[in-house]
Amino acid sequence: MEFDNHKPIYMQVIEDITRKMVTGELPPGEKLPSVRDLALAYAINPNTASRVYREMEQMELSFTRRGLGTFITEDREVYDEIRAKMVRECLSTFVRGMHTLGYTDTDEMAALLRDYKEKTEAGADSDTSKEEE
Amino acid sequence: MLESNHVTKKYRRKAANDDLTFSIEPGHIYGLLGPNGSGKSTWMKIASGLIVPDRGEVTLDGVRAGRQTKAHTVYMATEDYFFNYMKIRDVRRYYEDFFDDFETPMFLKQLEEMEFDEDTKVASLSSGMMAKLKIAVTMSRRARVYLLDEPFNGIDLLARDTVVKTILERMSDDSAIIISSHLIEELEKIVDTCIFLKDGRLILMGEIEEIRQQQGCSLIELYKKLYA
Repeated sequence: MEFDNHKPIYMQVIEDITRKMVTGELPPGEKLPSVRDLALAYAINPNTASRVYREMEQMELSFTRRGLGTFITEDREVYDEIRAKMVRECLSTFVRGMHTLGYTDTDEMAALLRDYKEKTEAGADSDTSKEEE
Repeated sequence: MLESNHVTKKYRRKAANDDLTFSIEPGHIYGLLGPNGSGKSTWMKIASGLIVPDRGEVTLDGVRAGRQTKAHTVYMATEDYFFNYMKIRDVRRYYEDFFDDFETPMFLKQLEEMEFDEDTKVASLSSGMMAKLKIAVTMSRRARVYLLDEPFNGIDLLARDTVVKTILERMSDDSAIIISSHLIEELEKIVDTCIFLKDGRLILMGEIEEIRQQQGCSLIELYKKLYA
């Protein structure tokens, strides 16, 4: 994984793990690697890796079972919250970008978005139809 | 664990190390940073007991760096130091003979991961392979302090990843790893504490995640701020 050296590394690893939760790669209750293996997997300092788990536990993203290791939360609500937060982040990036281009009206933005989606989907369709021929 | 107390070393009239005082604790990986000539190698040689400071001292658990601490300290020099006639097998035997803490199974495991053949002559190794072999023998010792002088010098990205992995694998709660480098990018992820030297003096020491959070800048940017 490529890191942005301006942000604390432990936060970036947590972001990566939460992304994996939302995409289904890490289902609820899944066992997480040991601190050592996490450090090796991300090629990061083991102290940073243990901080990842410490912070995740505090954020109630994970829990530890004595002698068994660290596990992803089993709470579906946490998953929903993460997903909602990621959606908010995507929207905020989109809206901010549109603002700098002079679009402030939500209906106008929505129309552009619909238009864009139709075009890209149509493009994808024509590609597959070509393959079929 | 490892204390540097007012360490000063002059070469002619120029101070290579000027009153260096700081302590190294187990369970951490330190980055010893600074441009060429800032005193990194001199300090490492003093800490490993190879040279004696003019003033001050480095102690390991209270014992002055020297013959007695050598068994617990590993120093990896920037230069290549194996004899040219040696095969990799000879390097292993040499380390087995010289160091009681050399762990042969660990070394053999590293060789396998690095896809080395023990019959290969040291003289025929590329610089990337040499860097890997050096880190493999160094990290196969079970020491309290690992002093690695410029382990990323002149090697490609893939060799670098191997070196990083080998270092991280050896990290433990009872030993400290100190890595010197003028290539900061290499250290961003693996070091937790950095020590900045300038003209032989200590100018900043701190935890790098804290620095990132407080100053919102990367190690490289901090480096530029400190040395520009």
